[in-house]
Amino acid sequence: MARPMTMAEKILAAHAHLDEVEPGQLIECDLDLVLANDVTAPIAIKKCKECGTGDVFDPTRVLLVPDHYTPNKDIAAAEQAKIVRDFAREQGITHYWEVGCVGVEHALLPEQGVVGAGDLIIGADSHTCTYGALGAFSTGVGSTDAGVGFATGKAWFKVPESILFKVEGQLAPGVTGKDIILHIIGKIGVDGALYCAMEFTGSAIAALPMDERQTISNMAIEAGGKAGLIAVDDVTRAYMDGRVERPYTEYHSDPDAQYKSIIEIDAADIKPTVSWPHLPSNTHLAEDSRHITIDQVVIGSCTNGRLTDMRQAADVLRGHKVHPNVRCLIIPATQLVYRQCMEEGLMEVFLDANCAISAPTCGPCLGGHMGILAKGERAVATTNRNFVGRMGHPESEVYLASPAVAAASAVLGHIGIPQDLD
Amino acid sequence: MQFKGTVYRCGRDIDTDVIIPARYLTTSDPAELAKHCMEDLDTEFVNKVSQGDIIVADENFGCGSSREHAPIAIKAAGIDVVIAKSFARIFYRNSINIGLAIMECPEAVDAISNGDVVSVDADTGTIVDETTGQTFKAQPFPPFLQEIIEAGGLINRTKAKLAAE
Repeated sequence: MARPMTMAEKILAAHAHLDEVEPGQLIECDLDLVLANDVTAPIAIKKCKECGTGDVFDPTRVLLVPDHYTPNKDIAAAEQAKIVRDFAREQGITHYWEVGCVGVEHALLPEQGVVGAGDLIIGADSHTCTYGALGAFSTGVGSTDAGVGFATGKAWFKVPESILFKVEGQLAPGVTGKDIILHIIGKIGVDGALYCAMEFTGSAIAALPMDERQTISNMAIEAGGKAGLIAVDDVTRAYMDGRVERPYTEYHSDPDAQYKSIIEIDAADIKPTVSWPHLPSNTHLAEDSRHITIDQVVIGSCTNGRLTDMRQAADVLRGHKVHPNVRCLIIPATQLVYRQCMEEGLMEVFLDANCAISAPTCGPCLGGHMGILAKGERAVATTNRNFVGRMGHPESEVYLASPAVAAASAVLGHIGIPQDLD
Repeated sequence: MQFKGTVYRCGRDIDTDVIIPARYLTTSDPAELAKHCMEDLDTEFVNKVSQGDIIVADENFGCGSSREHAPIAIKAAGIDVVIAKSFARIFYRNSINIGLAIMECPEAVDAISNGDVVSVDADTGTIVDETTGQTFKAQPFPPFLQEIIEAGGLINRTKAKLAAE
């Protein structure tokens, strides 16, 4: 009988071909998938070529998603994207998406059924932890780990301790998955889960749709977490069945599994939350942030660029105009989300409100392109980081919030909540 | 490996966006990245540090993005060692993988001041503040990581392993 294990430990044990593992143990695992984007893949490709034959271990399990600087920002970015494209063609990579098909990686891969429960995934992008929402163990790595993963299909791991976050009760109307994760990061700090797997459970998590669960798992890294897992339930199964291209495996934590700590949160205590500069942990209530005037709003990204997010933003913007002092950028995270927005009439709402709508891209989230801030400007963004210079000039400021708060702020010209528009 | 250099002291949660802002990520050339290392934190960083210098930082150094460009930029800017109270985990892996020496030692971080001359023996984990004469011992790496470091990074280790198979 194996020791009681958390779902993170079970997935790692299975991929190391061990009956059991324990926190602190160093193991080598077989990977289901390895991914990189147009910023990280060029180095990973070079490393892959250096360490062996130069070929990938399996062209169906290496995923290349050029999403950061695409559509190509400038000549340098175009050269980077070309390295990725050429390698994808040379290696016969089956999961490469060209502009016109590509979306922001962590929205695209779940949507396209590439990732599924029980998978062990590394990605040369820190928000690879998003797929924890589907019951996978997925974690961000650098380009060298990804390059070795491309070549060998393997990676080393230190088995992390797990922290259990129990969010029980009912969220107030207008409070979303984004508010839950910002609330948690505000509570534990940007290194509150350093080296640990975060596991989210409780009736408030169970009540969330898949899109909002992905928002929570996505930001595990902002607390230092290695992964952000949510156990498979009927919502997950409904999302995965008929979508995931490979058989998936459910792993559930044993009732007597050992956690580093268990943090209980009453969902009713969570209100619309905003992270002020320059750390995601610098959280304040949106209702206490009304004095902050803004120049730009960004609604999109791997954190909040999915259909649910677009609907929440549109519900607030419908019948309103963006404040004349504000540029409001809407970036559906994938082509499918874009299409769904059109079919549901959301694009009309955004256009009527004077929003600019962009093709899918990471763009402004990392200060790449498509919405860079000037010195002294402030943005409310549904993205994931508000570090110094994150969206542009080092003296610009980013405030992180949910799509509903971001949309309300766009209309108000300062930070606020949807009820302020009534 | 032995190192000796002047300390550049910084605080906690030094994120990879300030280590190398994303606006420079359209290249992976180390020399080009080094020119912009830490510029959003300290525009004079590149001019202040010399080859062989040492960064000493508080908790959670290297948090944020997975960009390997961050340790690459630090190394190419001339920094040999980063000593911190703790490292963000992706930065920690990346540094070991590319051969940037890193050490976790909260006691040393608390005692060392900006501008001190510090010598480091990465094999034994010994850190000596030559300016004050104090000696510290960093957390040793697990043998598995020591193996990667001794091989000169993950690529060399993988190459050797694949060649042996």
